[in-house]
Amino acid sequence: MQTTWAYISNYFVYSAMAVFTFSFIAHAFETAFAVRTPESSDSTAGNLLVKTLDYKRTEKTARIATALMILAFVLLLAGVVARGISAQHVPWGNMYEFSITGALAFTGAYLIALRKYDLRWLGLFVSISVLLTLGTAITLLYRDSSPLVPALKSTWLVIHVIAAIISGGVFLLANVVAGAYLYLDRVEERGARPAWLQRVPSLEVLDQLSYRLVAFVFPLWTFAVIAGAIWAESAWGRYWGWDPKETWAFITWVAYAAYLHARVTVGWRGRRAAWLCIFAGSTFLFNYVYVNVWGTGKHTYSGL
Amino acid sequence: MTDQRDLPELGFLALCRYAWRQLTSMRTALILLMLMGIAAIPGSLIPQRPANPMAVRDFFKVNPELARWYERASLFDVYASPWFSAIYILLFISLIGCVLPRSVEHYKAMLAKPPATPKNLSRLSHYENFATTPDALDRASSWFSKNRFRVRVEENSLSAEKGYLRETGNLLFHLSLILILIGVSFGSLFGMNGYAIVNVGERFINVPTTYDTLSFGKLKGDNSLQPFQIKVDKFLAKYDPKTSAPLDYTAWVTVTDEGKTSKQTIKVNKPLTFGNARVYLQANGYSPVVTVRDANQNVVFQGPVPFLPQDGNLRSIGAIKVPDVQPSIGFVASFVPTNARTTSQGAISIYPELLDPKLLFSIWEGDLGLDSGVPQSVYKIDTTNLKQIGLGSVKPGDTYNYSGGSITLETVIPWVNLQVVQDPGKSYALIGAILAITGLLTSLYGRRRRIWIRVTDSGIEVAGLAKNSAPGLEVEVSKFVSYVKGEQ
Repeated sequence: MQTTWAYISNYFVYSAMAVFTFSFIAHAFETAFAVRTPESSDSTAGNLLVKTLDYKRTEKTARIATALMILAFVLLLAGVVARGISAQHVPWGNMYEFSITGALAFTGAYLIALRKYDLRWLGLFVSISVLLTLGTAITLLYRDSSPLVPALKSTWLVIHVIAAIISGGVFLLANVVAGAYLYLDRVEERGARPAWLQRVPSLEVLDQLSYRLVAFVFPLWTFAVIAGAIWAESAWGRYWGWDPKETWAFITWVAYAAYLHARVTVGWRGRRAAWLCIFAGSTFLFNYVYVNVWGTGKHTYSGL
Repeated sequence: MTDQRDLPELGFLALCRYAWRQLTSMRTALILLMLMGIAAIPGSLIPQRPANPMAVRDFFKVNPELARWYERASLFDVYASPWFSAIYILLFISLIGCVLPRSVEHYKAMLAKPPATPKNLSRLSHYENFATTPDALDRASSWFSKNRFRVRVEENSLSAEKGYLRETGNLLFHLSLILILIGVSFGSLFGMNGYAIVNVGERFINVPTTYDTLSFGKLKGDNSLQPFQIKVDKFLAKYDPKTSAPLDYTAWVTVTDEGKTSKQTIKVNKPLTFGNARVYLQANGYSPVVTVRDANQNVVFQGPVPFLPQDGNLRSIGAIKVPDVQPSIGFVASFVPTNARTTSQGAISIYPELLDPKLLFSIWEGDLGLDSGVPQSVYKIDTTNLKQIGLGSVKPGDTYNYSGGSITLETVIPWVNLQVVQDPGKSYALIGAILAITGLLTSLYGRRRRIWIRVTDSGIEVAGLAKNSAPGLEVEVSKFVSYVKGEQ
């Protein structure tokens, strides 16, 4: 019975990957075919053949891309839920499960943000990074679904880990936006944006967006750390013990605190703020990869 | 000349004041915070003595020269090192110096009225001007009070402000950080932490001598342990048959506290609580119960001997020391709960439960060094000055005879490792943490802004100003204007 659910989960994850691939292709199509090279008769000046983006031509493709992304999200959600049923606990007992849940949170963060901002230009990036995450998860990190070790049997597993995963998804999204800022900043330094980048919002908007994402999720991250401390008190006999995972969670917290201060009180904007944002996000990634794979300490469970 | 003589003294005071101002500036606080983040890194990469003393010992073996340098920089115990303490103590002072004056200032500002209406409103953002309506100021005033602005009434203008909650939340957040730091230091100065291995069937009495390891906070005396007793009646560990991974640990205990006796259970994640002390179930293993007889069949040693687990299948090592015979006898032993043999490793355990238990040992004779005064591990015997007289193994019920006596494995019982922790500071830290989140949310989602309205001969002027250029003021000002105009 449990194995059956594990198989079902795998099928869903594989299907989600397939749909993410289609969504990626659709996003790529959209960007590529929106570029319109004017015919030579168009340019009255005679020598300027400015490529422009005409999204009316690709509106349909864009919608398909987003619809595929939503479908992939639903499939992945089903995969994660089935994994949970097979293991009979919330599906974040090992790194494979964190990865698929994290990919789900990241896609979810994107889709929710999409309702408010026109972020479709990010879709290309979101779909490829989710594909890479799922691919790594299913090839390198896959473990048979298994029960939890005693220390993980707690309500705090749900509360602490879900707060951490959501924070992680939003931090990474903020990082992507900050990365886009830096890239565009360089591009614009050399001149006008090439046609395929015209869709991406202005630098100011990107700058503000990455800040909003961080400011929105920083309290949640603080909560994740505190919930972890409360749990650690009942499981390990101390609420804070400088375990590598705890240490890096603290470092991430400090880095984002510095980022928020730099923006709000010192008035950092633009390039410097983007770099700081990326630095803070990479401490989170480091914590995720290093401590789980090579680290020692109390947060390493069941192989990976 | 007199000036010159006075200078050093003045200079010193000025220097102090300068240093204090520097230390308590926000910039310094931020740098210290970043520094603390960076200083925390080595502790996550280099093995730490409190968490993993074995890894530190291995590091010394593999890399003695580097280890000595690490040792000098306290890199094996980063979080208790002088330089780490220096950073957080400075941060603590800086935070207090930064936040307390601001709190006082904020409190005063909250009591005071908003500042006077600026002379030239047209210079400000969100400026609007329109024709006078008869009851403009009254309408403005009622809008302000409806939206809970604080208002300063002037002759022909109103100055209104809202959003003090932002700074309140901000200060609350930083004050709570101080509370957390107080809780942490309080806990480490007045707390205690100890481990005791207790065989199933035995009683743990909370006095210092029953502990295997025990440490107290710097300011706590060792006479203040709570007088409770815990008898371990039964212990059950469940494992996953496929992977040997643990599924559940439960210890059933009889607790005696303040004259009352009760039956309770301890699980991982479910410690026992006695006042501000908590008892955790941290580890488990096996104690072979052995009887050692001399050549005349007299019992010279009898009882359970706790063995130390080495892997997930509880292959354990231990030592049975028999000093009361001439010459002394020692058994260097290993115990496997489910016996299997490999050609490369010798005896191994393939499952953590007692399916096919076996005790394997080598027997040594000579001075065990128990009276030498040098502290010894109870799990090991230094065999350099001893003579090996036998090598054998027994299963429960078996007796192994050697020249000079015999050893019988009667049975095997589990032991549990109980951790007793007293942390009087943790409730402060928790309250601090809850307040910190509350403060954080209020400060991040609160917006501080001002709106002014002035009636002049030429018409009505309205302007707004948002601190930290928070968004949304434009909408608010236009709502205000349409209300004043009587449009809604």
